[in-house]
Amino acid sequence: MNMGGPDMAPHSPRRSARPGEVGAHLDPVLTVSDLQTHFFSFGGTRVVKAVDRVSFTLHEGETLGLVGESGSGKTTTCLSIVGLLPRAARIVGGSVVFEGEDLTRKSQRELRRIRGRRIAVILQDPMASLNPLFTIFRQVAEPAFFHQHLRGRSLRERVQHLLRAVRIPSPEWRMREYPHQMSGGMRQRIVGAIALAGGPSLVIADEPTTNLDVTIQAQYLDLLKDIQRETGVALIFVTHNLGIVAKMCDKVAVMYAGKLIERAPVRELFDDPKHPYTRALLGAVPKLGSKEPLYSIPGQPPNLANLPAGCSFHPRCPEAVPRCVSEEPGDFHLGDGSVARCWLVEGKNEAGAHRGPTRS
Amino acid sequence: MATIPANTRLASERAAAGRLRSVIKAVREAPQAAIVILGGLMLVAIFADLIAPHDPTLPVQGANVFDPPFWMEGGRATTLLGTDFQGRDILSRLIHGARVSLIVGLMGTLVAGSIGTAMGILAGYVGGWVDQIIMRVTDAWLALPAIVFAIFLAAMVGPSMWNIIVILGAVYWTRYARVIRGEVLTLREREFVKLAEIAGASKLRVIKRHILPNVMNTATVLASLTVGVVIIAEASLSFLGVGVPPPQPAWGLMLSEARSTLMAGQWWLTVFPGLCILLIVLATQLFGDWLRVRLDPQLRNL
Amino acid sequence: MAQPVLEVRGLKKHFPVRHGLLGRGKTWVKAVDGVDFAIHPGETLGLIGESGCGKTTTSKLILLQETPTAGSIAFEGRDIAGLEGTELMAYRRAVQVVFQDPFSSLSPRMRVEDIIAEPLEIHTDLSRAAIGKRVGEVLELVGLQPDVAPLFPHEFSGGQRQRIAIARALATNTRLIVLDEPVSALDVSVRAQIINQLEHLQRTLGVSYLFIGHDLATVAHISHRIAVMYLGKIVESADSDTLCARPMHPYTKALFAAALPSHPDDQQQERTIAGEVPSALRLPSGCRFHPRCPSAMPVCSEVEPTLQPRDGGGVVACHLYD
Repeated sequence: MNMGGPDMAPHSPRRSARPGEVGAHLDPVLTVSDLQTHFFSFGGTRVVKAVDRVSFTLHEGETLGLVGESGSGKTTTCLSIVGLLPRAARIVGGSVVFEGEDLTRKSQRELRRIRGRRIAVILQDPMASLNPLFTIFRQVAEPAFFHQHLRGRSLRERVQHLLRAVRIPSPEWRMREYPHQMSGGMRQRIVGAIALAGGPSLVIADEPTTNLDVTIQAQYLDLLKDIQRETGVALIFVTHNLGIVAKMCDKVAVMYAGKLIERAPVRELFDDPKHPYTRALLGAVPKLGSKEPLYSIPGQPPNLANLPAGCSFHPRCPEAVPRCVSEEPGDFHLGDGSVARCWLVEGKNEAGAHRGPTRS
Repeated sequence: MATIPANTRLASERAAAGRLRSVIKAVREAPQAAIVILGGLMLVAIFADLIAPHDPTLPVQGANVFDPPFWMEGGRATTLLGTDFQGRDILSRLIHGARVSLIVGLMGTLVAGSIGTAMGILAGYVGGWVDQIIMRVTDAWLALPAIVFAIFLAAMVGPSMWNIIVILGAVYWTRYARVIRGEVLTLREREFVKLAEIAGASKLRVIKRHILPNVMNTATVLASLTVGVVIIAEASLSFLGVGVPPPQPAWGLMLSEARSTLMAGQWWLTVFPGLCILLIVLATQLFGDWLRVRLDPQLRNL
Repeated sequence: MAQPVLEVRGLKKHFPVRHGLLGRGKTWVKAVDGVDFAIHPGETLGLIGESGCGKTTTSKLILLQETPTAGSIAFEGRDIAGLEGTELMAYRRAVQVVFQDPFSSLSPRMRVEDIIAEPLEIHTDLSRAAIGKRVGEVLELVGLQPDVAPLFPHEFSGGQRQRIAIARALATNTRLIVLDEPVSALDVSVRAQIINQLEHLQRTLGVSYLFIGHDLATVAHISHRIAVMYLGKIVESADSDTLCARPMHPYTKALFAAALPSHPDDQQQERTIAGEVPSALRLPSGCRFHPRCPSAMPVCSEVEPTLQPRDGGGVVACHLYD
């Protein structure tokens, strides 16, 4: 399936705008196919399907929004990709092909060489990624030191270059400072600099702006977009905030109860959401300037250890039909590039054939 | 308005099932050895009169002084672990001695814990000069070596079981106070405490309803770890002759009385009481460790 | 217009900070520096601003967790400064708060029924049975079943816990609830539930809200009026609709520019403002916003603007509109 890339509006600045390469790279940077990650507890008697057959593709210069609420499995998906699962969890099926290599088949040693250099991760709390005891210089220099073996002057220049790239003012003396001397926004940018230091082709950002002020968040997101435009890095943005998705992402994957229930190019997702959960999410977000009552999904997200039969969303779905209760739906592909895991979508091949309660 | 019917019941049912699973898991991981030892010792102490073969304070009829344990040359079946320098049955004295150790250990810890927790809460929650006074007192207290202090007090008020309990309580409350005060300082900033204050709750109410229940975990763990210390302290006091007065047997006292015999070859007078002290302290330490691991992580999850 | 439930005039809170070698120097952090607003019965005032703007300190002042350095807070016409005894209790009974974090606002070792009953036990001498009945009533009001009362907080999800916190805030016929980022820690779908619930409660009970938040869309949705704070002062205040239609102060505009779009084609044309909120220890001269303001004029660094009426109602403090 073709998930974006050259079919999308090529003039939009968010696309892989490598000048001169109109066809763009058709080889995706990352292909996740049918990924399954389970958590085992109580001596193996209890299995939680944290990631249940998730598939998506990501090309150079593209941003994928991985959207879901707590417990949806979005963070576990990312951890599965980089091989940083906790001991109780294991990838039990599927593959993660990164630049042609299947990461699920690699040893931890091999993954360590890839992590930090070719795949970088940015977390929500910058203080979780920064060591309070080391200077900024030391922390930003580390990936370049180990992976690219830079030393001395070229190392210092590289660090300054990176700090400038993330718009830290006066990098020459900032880099001698410690994390606690900087504001939250700056720290997060330094984490970004560290992430970029190894020259990665994929960056996974897990809710990096949740703790930031609104204007700082906007600056940070603009920065990420600019960096992506310049370096062509592929970006996975994990978030529950649809506004960030609207601003940053080229395509969106919506997760619920460990399953990828809808996958679509961003415009198609907002204009014509196919899955009732996606529609509900879009309806639940307040829009500036509108006082319309928010659509509230009844009930709560399910307990992954105790999922209902059939479609995991059916107990809360306003449009559920009897089939939803007994049979779990598969992926249905639609003409506009969307894929939805919903019985109601089966047989509809036209974009816009299905209307829901929340249209913009 | 959307009410939430079934889901909340599901939540409590799930919680119940989860609790059952965690109870089973807890039982499986429990320190069986420690529980067996402690349980056994408690039974022994409670039923000492029934279990002990002889009166611990009187010489055994038909036995000599310094009879060895029954498996040795010259030992008897009636005095399984031998007799002491007065001809009293060692085993019976050990059994009755368990009473002293356990009662003093547990009660002393209770007294120390109560005083310490109260002081800690006052210092942590009320703060200000109350905090300063209490902290300076604990500083001074801690500067004194515990055993010496205990001896001094025991010499002053005279030995008796209850005096010893109170003295040990008075000596060991300070470590409690410090730790509990630390907990309370953190708790005080928690939102639910602030909410109670904003709602108009009096200080007393906040302490009773919000602070105290949440320090109980720490207090319990501290208690289980302190019991061992108190028991050793009691044994030390008995050893030095200022503990529980005779004729009530106490393990420490048995050690003291038998000091000279170790070199003379009558090892059973000292080894067995010593082993008992070792056993009970080991058991309480193991239990305390297990308790700490069980209770603390949950505390952190709040 | 009925008397305002809460009226704040010239409110200031300055914190002393010692610095220098031996702590000899003393400066002031002017966390709240001259704030005026009023909340009317059944109305929601939204307070929006970023770190250091003073909204949290303002809420602490209203909840009597701090005492003002200057200015007054009047509840139903009466100044709350120096309240004691029964009057203080009456205030505490009528003004409650809901905090951001649902996981630490409920006492973990108390049952839900005891948590909700606590304000009732403190302020009334209702019998146990009457209290139990009231607990059931408020639980239903917030959309929970009365039979969850004997459970403990850890058996509930984040959204449900916030409902319990709201129930507790309503138990004593509260007139004003301070909501300090009540939905920021919740999932998107749950946020909608809670916001709808809050709006419904306001319509039914006529309770007023002071809604403190950082997400413009959420604040605008639930508030009747919005006050925008920056570094301890209100820079603009107006009806929610008017403000969203026509923000006037450059900082308000920046907040709108920074707000996330609701559709991919909704991209903001203006770049968001640069820089960060300066330290409250070194306040800029004149207008506090001028170092970051794209429309700053020479007068802005010299003279601090005062709040003047603005088009369409409300007030704005900016030399552009003098």
